[in-house]
Amino acid sequence: MGAVRAAGFYATLFLLSLFAVFPALWAVITIFKKSADLYNARSNPFLYHPGPTLKHALYLFQHTQFPVFALNSLVIGACVVAITLVLAVPAAYALARLTGHWGERSGMAIFLVYLVPPTLLFIPLYQMVTLLGLANTIWALVLVYPTITVPFCTWLLLGFFKSIPRDLDEAAMIDGCSRFTAFWKVALPQALPGIGACVVFAFSLQLSDYIYAATFVTSTGAMTISFGVPTALIRGDVFFWQSLMAANVVVAIPLTLGYGLLFDKLVMGFQSAEAG
Amino acid sequence: MADGAAAGNDALVDRPGMLGVLMLAPAVIYIAAFVGIPFVLAILLSFSSATTGNPSIHGFVGLDNFIQVVREPQFVTALVNSVIVTFGTLALLLVLATLESELLARAFRGKRLVQTLLILPWAMPASLAAISWLWLLDSQFSPLDWIFRQAGILGPGGLFGPARHFYYLGRTDLAIASVVVINVWRMLPLATLIVLAGRLSIPRDLFDQAAIDGAGFFRTLFRITVPALMPVLLVAVLFTGLLVFGDMAVVALTTHGGPGHSSQIIPYWAYLKGIESGDLSGGAAVALFMLPALLVVSVLTLRFAYRSQEA
Repeated sequence: MGAVRAAGFYATLFLLSLFAVFPALWAVITIFKKSADLYNARSNPFLYHPGPTLKHALYLFQHTQFPVFALNSLVIGACVVAITLVLAVPAAYALARLTGHWGERSGMAIFLVYLVPPTLLFIPLYQMVTLLGLANTIWALVLVYPTITVPFCTWLLLGFFKSIPRDLDEAAMIDGCSRFTAFWKVALPQALPGIGACVVFAFSLQLSDYIYAATFVTSTGAMTISFGVPTALIRGDVFFWQSLMAANVVVAIPLTLGYGLLFDKLVMGFQSAEAG
Repeated sequence: MADGAAAGNDALVDRPGMLGVLMLAPAVIYIAAFVGIPFVLAILLSFSSATTGNPSIHGFVGLDNFIQVVREPQFVTALVNSVIVTFGTLALLLVLATLESELLARAFRGKRLVQTLLILPWAMPASLAAISWLWLLDSQFSPLDWIFRQAGILGPGGLFGPARHFYYLGRTDLAIASVVVINVWRMLPLATLIVLAGRLSIPRDLFDQAAIDGAGFFRTLFRITVPALMPVLLVAVLFTGLLVFGDMAVVALTTHGGPGHSSQIIPYWAYLKGIESGDLSGGAAVALFMLPALLVVSVLTLRFAYRSQEA
């Protein structure tokens, strides 16, 4: 690369990165602002004038229901991840190896199920969870979130299983393994990176939902992070901005790191799906 | 195959067809129950007179719900806004995702860090991201307004002065533009991943040949990269388009469909009508206006997938 091209390359990269992180950057600055400083439109908003404070970050953990929301989201997340793996891993292997040509080619069709907008389904699902007596409990969300995670993870894993050479499980079967043992002992360990990626995505996809959380749950005790945080920290016209931003950043950091680590795996998943 | 060799308990399960069905069935049954059935119910519901008070599907009213919905002044606004937001987002996404994937297709120092920064918007839960933007675009304390004032764009004597604020979410045009920018921000990582996957699958020889021929950056981009990317750009458009079209968190938490109802969109209106006002069947009728978009995307995606198999 010439010097001019290199400069252009890094400048564009910098601008795109700045666009991506700017709201989070502003959130981080906000957390530690004293209110007098925060609501002063005259001074440089990126600096601390009377100095930073931890008060509002602590408020989030000590005086709001945030710990309850976080616990709910963790419990729901753990259940959803478990259900997703139990359903998606065998399904993806079956499609990649056992159901013939159409199974291997079903990647796009599966992704379409993931794309069915929850906003189209939330009203009948609300009726169904009410009928099942689950409305206003976290179990309504445990039951429904796999509708988002199972198609996505099956699709991702299908790519991973397809990328494992067929010879491997066939060699195992020639050695006397049953088809299921070949799956369990040979293909599954090979697909572990994909399964790891599924754990991260299933967890973050359920965390990201807003409409089901807003529809099925109205009592504070059963709220998740994505619905509870805006509900508890925005009271009418009063916004607890610093504490809100603290919640955003606390949630965003681990998720971003997880996604960052899995970036290449995701590209691989899409490469495999686009190849059909 | 080892089918014949295996005997005993495993024999039935060992037939590839049988085992395939057993392994696939739980996922299929679950999806049929919680995506398939609600999908059908959504349609039935929109022809009924169900409310949150009496949520069973009862009282077949034909097309009444749809007629009522279409007659409301909010309908046209919401439909037009949904279309504007979706297509506006897609137009910007196409350009930015192509650019970003072109950059990420190269090796450079600190690439892992840059990838992590770039994927942040997609990793953040939608509602929390929307709140971050709500604060970033605050009418009085937006740091963007401060930057614009320093740059002489806002404030007395400024290009858009003497106002000291843009009131991003308080004016219809800017409110809709803000929703577009937030959606671009949220969807760019996903679009980039899809395009990058396609970009990395383009055979290297094509680029080597172009370099030998002395083609510059833009010539290579428009003569080789973009034509080769066409199919994945289509996938990126279809996927992110549907996700944007169906999302309500951004509007629900930033503009609330306002000012007035001027930035209302179909999914958020369906939520307000169906859940907040308790008119389940009316809300279902509104939501059903997303069905054509879903069908178009499905047909195009499957046709694309099928054709790429033939090639």
